[in-house]
Amino acid sequence: MSDVVINSVIIVGAMGLAAAIILFMVAQKFHVVEDPRIDQVEEELPAANCGGCGYPGCRAFAEALVKTDDISDLHCPVSDKDSMEKIAAILGKEMGEMKPLVAVVRCAGSPDKSPRTNIYDGTHSCTIISSLYTGETGCPYGCLGMGECVDACNFDAIHMNADTQLPEVTDDLCTACNACVVACPRDIIELRKKNKKDRKIFVSCINEDKGGVARKNCKVACIGCGKCVKVCPYEAITLENNLAYIDPDKCRLCRKCAPECPTNAILEINFPVKKKKEATAG
Amino acid sequence: MIKTFPKGGIHPPEDKFSAGSPIQELPLPKSVIIPVCQHLGSPSEPLVKKGDRVKTGQIIAKSSGFVSTNIHSSVTGKVEKVDKFTDSTGYRRLAVSINVEKDQWEDNIDTSNTLKKQINSKAEEIIKKILDAGIVGMGGATFPSHIKLSVPKGKKVEVLIINGVECEPCLTSDHRLMLEKGEEMMVGVRLMMTALGVNRAVIGIENNKPDAISNLKTIAKDYKTIEVQVLKVKYPQGAEKQLIKSITRREVPSGKLPIEVGAVVHNVETAYAVYEAVQKNKPLIERVVTVTGKNIAKPSNFMVRTGTPVAYLIEAAGGLPEDTGKIINGGPMMGKALNSLDVPVTKGTSGILVVPQSESLRRPALNCIRCAKCVSICPMGLEPYLLRAASEHKKWDIVEEERSMDCMECGSCSYVCPSAIPLLDYIRLGKSTVSKIIRSRKQ
Repeated sequence: MSDVVINSVIIVGAMGLAAAIILFMVAQKFHVVEDPRIDQVEEELPAANCGGCGYPGCRAFAEALVKTDDISDLHCPVSDKDSMEKIAAILGKEMGEMKPLVAVVRCAGSPDKSPRTNIYDGTHSCTIISSLYTGETGCPYGCLGMGECVDACNFDAIHMNADTQLPEVTDDLCTACNACVVACPRDIIELRKKNKKDRKIFVSCINEDKGGVARKNCKVACIGCGKCVKVCPYEAITLENNLAYIDPDKCRLCRKCAPECPTNAILEINFPVKKKKEATAG
Repeated sequence: MIKTFPKGGIHPPEDKFSAGSPIQELPLPKSVIIPVCQHLGSPSEPLVKKGDRVKTGQIIAKSSGFVSTNIHSSVTGKVEKVDKFTDSTGYRRLAVSINVEKDQWEDNIDTSNTLKKQINSKAEEIIKKILDAGIVGMGGATFPSHIKLSVPKGKKVEVLIINGVECEPCLTSDHRLMLEKGEEMMVGVRLMMTALGVNRAVIGIENNKPDAISNLKTIAKDYKTIEVQVLKVKYPQGAEKQLIKSITRREVPSGKLPIEVGAVVHNVETAYAVYEAVQKNKPLIERVVTVTGKNIAKPSNFMVRTGTPVAYLIEAAGGLPEDTGKIINGGPMMGKALNSLDVPVTKGTSGILVVPQSESLRRPALNCIRCAKCVSICPMGLEPYLLRAASEHKKWDIVEEERSMDCMECGSCSYVCPSAIPLLDYIRLGKSTVSKIIRSRKQ
């Protein structure tokens, strides 16, 4: 009886030892040298795997950071400045200047501004509606309001406002990962430069129809009148296809354009209430 | 045993209210809007500008590529503008609007009603005239007909199939045309046979149109090479591949064209348009449109000039009923709802269906109960429940592997689903995404 036990212990033990030796040798032979810094860098990254950096996941981005000499163009949109600095310290490389971005919804066609002309009762999907027809409003460019951008967001930063039926971005949570921009079949969402105190000034419309047609479908549509272009002291505003666009890199938030807009299509957000003229002159 | 296609299919209520009303010529409207893209393919290039005077039948936009065709003015008058107008999808596309003054036809067009049986044209001449006349497939797909009639090298056509099935419920335009213009249509079929170089043509008609069948059978006695095939009523028998299967028992391989099995399919109304174009020099500027619906006062079949606003047609059929919920461009199965009545009738408009409020809303979708009804009725042998699930979860590789591109969007799956799941919506989404993926792969 004890023979059987001893024999089997010896046999299995010998097999295990042999296998261990083979495995050890194979591991030595085919050893892959991996930079230990990749693991360190990955540790610092948020592990959201959102793809906002342009790489498939955080590990791929960490590899890219380690391999590239000049990392000034590589940014993790989700990480804050501190963690990017830590990464730069690990790698001993120069970190580029962070240009924080934030998603901006360029449509203000709430039901009171852009009247509904029909009822859609099909599948709740912006992509499906846009492949079928123009949507519930007369505007063929505006938000369809089914919230595909909300579903796409991994950070809970975008929500539908029940009153306006438009998506709203929570600036603090938005990481500018680009997921909502890709999800929107109408290209309404844009990533724009993040300014101090989350101040924003932008044309909240992408309608390229002629003024009269656009205005008929929506009270706050850009009608392409060009008044804002004339008033801008920094040449930040361009007019193309009946639509004004404010270049976020050139705009210095002087707020001269917004009062000029006859349809209030230019939105100012998070600015203090304008003081009377005498006060600002001084 | 009456022939039909073996796989899948449904039989929705036929509701052909307008089957008994003869084709009426509709008086000209005050103005027409003629889109420059009424066909599948690239939009035609406008040849007129604001202020030009045009005659009825004058070419106003010319073919701009291989898959494209010509557009003609359907009225005599002054061009008001060449601008973007809302089309049936609600998007704004380029069109020519003309203020109607009178109805003076171009000089070389024969507007008389005399039947011209003698065929003097050769194949090339016929095909050229069809392109010049801007003829497209009038069953709804609006694919330029001259391309389908030009046989590619190395391929042989054995049979021309004429589609008089009209399987779509409610619509009766083809039915009335076969009854009233049978003689002309038959000459059109002969012309198409000459163009293709075939000596056999089969006209497929479902057995819910006995008057049209007997009419065409009588006329066909004079034509030895044309036969009339009676088919069992089943939707979607009017789809190209199903019709070929019903008549020839041959199956078009996945992703291939009917010519692979030696068949070419054309609609009856296309045959009539070919007759008008070749024998009478008349371009495609009018077509039969069914205006129907449960509460429509006078369900009618109108001979309508292209560019006529839909509102004008509904007015002629007795006006819009009060409880209207939806107005559909086409039939109830494959048609699309309109969101404006100002859109024009185009070459592909076969019917305008007015649906009452009570019938126009969808039931709320419930969960899939795996009853597999959609699988058993899919005429293409697909698995709609699977395509929908894959498409909903963005598994585009599965959507592609499960042959979503073979779906012809007949809507039978959504029709039979006991849980009212909008299967077709998701399959369409899958199809459009997969075709984008395929295109990007080719580049």
